[in-house]
Amino acid sequence: MTLHHYLILAAVLFCVGLMGAFTRRNAIVVLFSVEIMLNAANLNFIAFWRYSDNPALLHGPMFTLFAIAVAAAEVAVGLALVIAVYRHFKTVDLESMDTLREE
Amino acid sequence: MNGITLALIPLLPLLAAALTCGLQNGRRAAALAIAAMLGSCGLALAAFNQAWGMEPNEHTTFDIPWLTVGDTAIPLGFVLDPLNGAMLAMVTFIGLLIFIYSAGYMKDDRRMARFFCYLSLFAAGMLGLVLANSLLLLFMCWEIVGVASYLLISFWFHKPEAAAAGKKAFIVTRIGDMGFLIGILLAFKTTGTLTLYNDAETGMLQQHLTGTVFGFSVAAVISLLLFMGAVGKSGQLPLHVWLPDAMEGPTPVSALIHAATMVAAGVFLVARTFPLFEVPLYEEGILKMTHVVAWVGAITALIAALIALGQYDIKRILAYSTVSQLGLMMVGLGVGGVAVGMFHLLTHAFFKALLFLGAGSIIHGCHEEQDIRKMGGIGKSMRITSIAYLCGTAALVAFPFTSGFFSKDEILASAWASSKPIFWIAAAASLLTAVYMTRQCLYVFAGTHRGEHTPHESPQVITVPLVILAVFALGLGAMAHSSVFEKLPGEAAEHETIVIVVSVIVALGGIALGWLIYRGRALGQEADPLAVTPLVRKLWFDELYAATVGRLWALAIIIAEQLNELLLSVRDLAVLLADRIGNAFAIGGDRKLIDTLAFDGMCNRLRSAGHAVTRLQNGFLPAYLRLIALGAVALGLLVALMK
Repeated sequence: MTLHHYLILAAVLFCVGLMGAFTRRNAIVVLFSVEIMLNAANLNFIAFWRYSDNPALLHGPMFTLFAIAVAAAEVAVGLALVIAVYRHFKTVDLESMDTLREE
Repeated sequence: MNGITLALIPLLPLLAAALTCGLQNGRRAAALAIAAMLGSCGLALAAFNQAWGMEPNEHTTFDIPWLTVGDTAIPLGFVLDPLNGAMLAMVTFIGLLIFIYSAGYMKDDRRMARFFCYLSLFAAGMLGLVLANSLLLLFMCWEIVGVASYLLISFWFHKPEAAAAGKKAFIVTRIGDMGFLIGILLAFKTTGTLTLYNDAETGMLQQHLTGTVFGFSVAAVISLLLFMGAVGKSGQLPLHVWLPDAMEGPTPVSALIHAATMVAAGVFLVARTFPLFEVPLYEEGILKMTHVVAWVGAITALIAALIALGQYDIKRILAYSTVSQLGLMMVGLGVGGVAVGMFHLLTHAFFKALLFLGAGSIIHGCHEEQDIRKMGGIGKSMRITSIAYLCGTAALVAFPFTSGFFSKDEILASAWASSKPIFWIAAAASLLTAVYMTRQCLYVFAGTHRGEHTPHESPQVITVPLVILAVFALGLGAMAHSSVFEKLPGEAAEHETIVIVVSVIVALGGIALGWLIYRGRALGQEADPLAVTPLVRKLWFDELYAATVGRLWALAIIIAEQLNELLLSVRDLAVLLADRIGNAFAIGGDRKLIDTLAFDGMCNRLRSAGHAVTRLQNGFLPAYLRLIALGAVALGLLVALMK
C-alpha cells in the first residue's frame, strides 16, 4: 500500500460525494454527499500525515479532528436549515426551491 | 536768472490755473490770476533784461533728464536767448494788461472764475512754448495753448456758432500739428536729439544735418513739416479759415490768443528753428524753405487783406487783418530773417492787442453790437477808446513813425532786396490794410450813432490797458528798432529810396483811398462799394472746403458706413458659423456622442450585462453548486498553471 492508493481512494470518495451533491434532489441526501466530500479531504490529511517525514508531529490528526468537529456543527446547522425549509415549503426537494432569483 | 526762476515764469500761471479751477468767486479768481501774471511778468522782464545783454547767438540752457530709454535720453528744459527773451516780455506784459482788462470785461459773466482758469492755463502753455529748449516740450505746450484756445473760443458754448468755431479751430490747427509731429519725429530720427541747444554744441539746431529724403535735404523736409504746424497755428493759407471764426470767443481772448500771442506761436516756431529753414532744398540749389515761407506769407497777406475789405463784423475785420499781418511776418522771416519777422511780431502784438481790446470796449459800449453798420459816432461818446483805437490803427496801417511803420518798412526793404514780386504783393497788402482800416474807422467813429442804444465809455479797468498799449503801439518801433537788429540774428536790409517812398505812399495812399471811397456816403444805409459778394463771402474758402474736404468727408462717411455694414455682415456670418458649430457640437457631440452613445449606451449595456448575469441567478440551487465547483476547478487550474 502506498500513498497513491489512499489518494486515489480519497479522490474516488470525493467524486462520489460531488456527483451526489450535483445530481440528488433531496436536500438531506445532498447534505450527506457534502459530508462524504469532507471525509475524502480528511482521508487525504491522514494519508499525507502518515507518509510524511515526521509523523510524530501529529499535524494530520489535528486537522482531521477539527474538520470532524466543524462538520458536526455544520451538519447541525444544515439539518436545522433543512427543517426550516421544509416547514416553509412543505418539501425538501431542491428542484422546487427556486425563489432565490429575480422575479 | 537760474533754471528755477526761469521755470517759475510758466509755472506761476499754471499754479493760478490749478487754483482757480475750483473757485466760484470770479473776482477772487481774477485777483489770483492777475497776481500770478504780475509775478510772471516781473520774472520775465528780469529774464528779458538778462537775455538782452547776451550775444545774438548765445543761449543759456537749463535741462533736466526726463525720459531715458536704453542709451537714448530725452531731456526737457528751458533756454534763454534774446529771441525768446523778447517774446517772454511781450507775452507776459500784454497778457497782464489783458488779464486786467478781462477783469472788467467779464465781470458780469457767471463763469468768470472759469474764464480766468482757462486764461491762466493758456498763459502757462504759451510761456512754456516760448521757453522750451526741446521740440517735444515745445510741442506739448503748443498743444496746451491749442486746448486753451479751444476752451476759450467756445467759452460761450451755449451759442452754437461759438461751439462750432472752437471745434473748427481745434481740428484745422490739428491738420498742421500732424505735420509738426511728423517733423519732430523725423528730426529725432535724423539728429538723435530733441534738444534745441546745449552746451556741448550737439543740440538739434547746432548740428550740421546731412542726408536726403525723397531727394530733398533732410533739414528742408523737417523745416517743411514744422512749417505745416506754423501754417495751422498762425492761420496761413490754406489753413486760415479757423482764425476769423475764432472771434466767437470773448474779446479779451481774441486779443490775447488770436492776435497777440498764440497765433504768433507759428511765426515764433519758424524763428526758433530758423537754422533748418536756411538749408538749401537740394544739395547745390539756391532754393530754400525760406522762399516757401515768404511766398505762403505773401499770398496769405494779400488774400486776407482783400477779404477784410468786405467784412462788416468789427472783430472779423481785425481777424482777417491779423491773418494778413501774420502773412507779412512770414514774409519778413522768409526774405529778411529772424530779426525782421520777429520785429513785426512784437510790434504787431502790441497794436493788434490794442485794436482788439479797443474793439471789445466799443462792443461793450454799444451793448454787445459787433456790426459796424450799426455803429457810428463812437468818436464823440467814447473818447479815450476812440483815440487809443486810432493809435492802433495808425500803427497797423504803418503811418510814418508809429511802431508798425518801422517793422513793416523792414519787411518791405528786405523783400525789395530779395524778391521783387513778393515786395509788390506785400506793398499791395499794406495798401489794402490802410483801406480797410480807414473804412472801418469811418464806419465806427464818424457820423452819428445808428444803433438802438446810446454808446457809453467803458470803465477805467478797460481804458487804462488801452492807453498803455496805445503808448507802446506808437513808440515801440522807434524804441526797439535798433536793439532788435542788434540782438536777434538777421541783418537789416539796405533801405533804398523807392522802398521808403512806396512804404509811405501805401500807408497814406491807402488812407486817402479809403477816405475818397467812403467820404460823404450814408454809411450803413446804402450798399458798400467794396463789400462785393466774393469778399463778403470770404472768397468762398468755407464753401470750397465744404465742397472738397467736406465732400471727401461725406464720401469717407459713406465708405465707413459700407465698411461697417460689411463688418456687420461678417459678424453675422461669424455668429451664424459659431451657432452652426455649436449646434453640431450640441447635437452631434453632446446629445449623440455623450448622451446617447456614452451615457445612455453605457447604461443600456450595463443593464443588458446585468440581465445576462441575472440569467445565471436562476434560483436553481444545484446549479449554484455546479458553478461553485466550476469556480473551484478554474481556481485550481489557475494555481496549477501559475506554478
